[in-house]
Amino acid sequence: MTIRVQDPGLETTVQDTGRLGYYSIGFPPSGALDSFAYHVGNALVGNEPGAAALEAVYLGPTLEFTQDTVIAVTGADIPAFVDGEEIPTWESVAVSSGSVLSFGQLRSGARPYVAVAGGIDVPLYYGSRSTYTLVGIGGFEGRALRAGDELAIGSDARDPKAGRRLDAGDVPVHPSTAEVHLLVGLHSYRLTDDSLARFTDTEWKVTPDANRVGYRFRGAELEFVPREQPFGAGSDPANVTDCGYPVGSVQVPGGVEPIVLLQDAVTGGGYATLGTVVSVDRDRLAQTKTGDKTRFVRVDLDGALEVRRDRLGALDRIRSALT
Amino acid sequence: MGSHTITSRTPGVFYHRPSPDAEPYVTEGASVSEGDTVGLVEVMKTFHEVKADATGTVSKFLVENEDEVTIGQDLVELET
Repeated sequence: MTIRVQDPGLETTVQDTGRLGYYSIGFPPSGALDSFAYHVGNALVGNEPGAAALEAVYLGPTLEFTQDTVIAVTGADIPAFVDGEEIPTWESVAVSSGSVLSFGQLRSGARPYVAVAGGIDVPLYYGSRSTYTLVGIGGFEGRALRAGDELAIGSDARDPKAGRRLDAGDVPVHPSTAEVHLLVGLHSYRLTDDSLARFTDTEWKVTPDANRVGYRFRGAELEFVPREQPFGAGSDPANVTDCGYPVGSVQVPGGVEPIVLLQDAVTGGGYATLGTVVSVDRDRLAQTKTGDKTRFVRVDLDGALEVRRDRLGALDRIRSALT
Repeated sequence: MGSHTITSRTPGVFYHRPSPDAEPYVTEGASVSEGDTVGLVEVMKTFHEVKADATGTVSKFLVENEDEVTIGQDLVELET
C-alpha cells in the first residue's frame, strides 16, 4: 500500500492546501505552489479537496506503486511515462501494482504534480501534511523525498476513476514570459515614481535563486526616495522598521534583484514591500523557471479581487465538471 | 567515431568543479563512462550533478564555468 521512491528528482515534497493560521508565530503556510494544478489533480483522481499530493520541480521523480491505484499528473508540461509508455497528463490514469511512473525532460512550466487516489498519507502537523523543509516539519519526515523512501497511500479517495480529463481549453499554458497581477502598496511610497514605473515596465528574469521561499529576479535597478531613516529601520534606504511580509509580497533589497515571497515565505523583516502579487497568480510564478521572464501588471484592489474571483470560479466549475 | 552531446536537465549555473578549490571533474581529452559526473548545475541553492549519458572522450565544453544554462542546453561534447 505504498509508493516507493526510486529516484526523488531534484526537490520533490508532499504538499496540500497548506498550514493556515500560524503566520503570526512565524510559520508560513507552505502547501502547493501551483494551487490550480494541485486541486485539479485531486479532482481528477476523485480525492476530497485537500488530500496531499507530490510537488516536484524541474526533474520529475521515479515512483513505483505497490498497489493498484489511480494517479494524475498535472502542472508543468512534461512527458510522463508508466512502465515506459507515455501517459496523458491532466487526466486520471490507472496504474497496477509494480508499475513505475517516470518523467522525461520538462517542456514548459517548472513544477509537475502527482495526485494519487487516497492522497499521500503522512502525519498531520499543525493541521497540514505540507512539507516545510526550512525547519524540517510536515510532509515526509520534514524533508524532500530521497531514494528508498516508502510513502503510504491514504484513504481520502471519494471516487477514484481512470479517464477523467481536464478540458483542453482549461489546461494552463506556461509562456516563457509570465504575466502576474500586482497590487502596489505598503511601502511603495519609498520608491521614486520613476522606479515604481520601471518595476512594471521591466521584463524581469528569474535567477537561479528561485525556490518555495521566494523568487529572486534580475532586470533593472530601483531607487528609493532619500530620507532620514526612522528608529529601527537601519541605514539602508531599502529598509523600513520591521513588519510582517504578506505571502506574495515584493521586496527589493538594495534596490536590485527584487524578491517575490511564496508559500514558504520569510514571515517578516525590514525590507520595504512595494506591492503584493495577487494570490491566484502565484500559480503562474510557480510555473516559471530560472531564465524565464516575468512581467508585473498593476491592478487596483477591485481588479485584484476580480482576478481572484474569476480564477477560483473557474476552479469551482472544473471541479463540478469532474465528478 | 560519432559524437554525443550531454545536455542540461535543469536550469541553473554550470560549474566544472565540485568546489572552488577542487580539480575539474573532467577536462578536454579525458575519457568518461556512462554515469560519470562531468559537472554541476546549481539551482535553488542545491547542486545537481551532470552525468555522462554515453561513454566517450570529452572533445569540447560548450559552456564556460559559471555560465547560466537552460533545460536542454548543450553542455559537453563527447567523441564516442
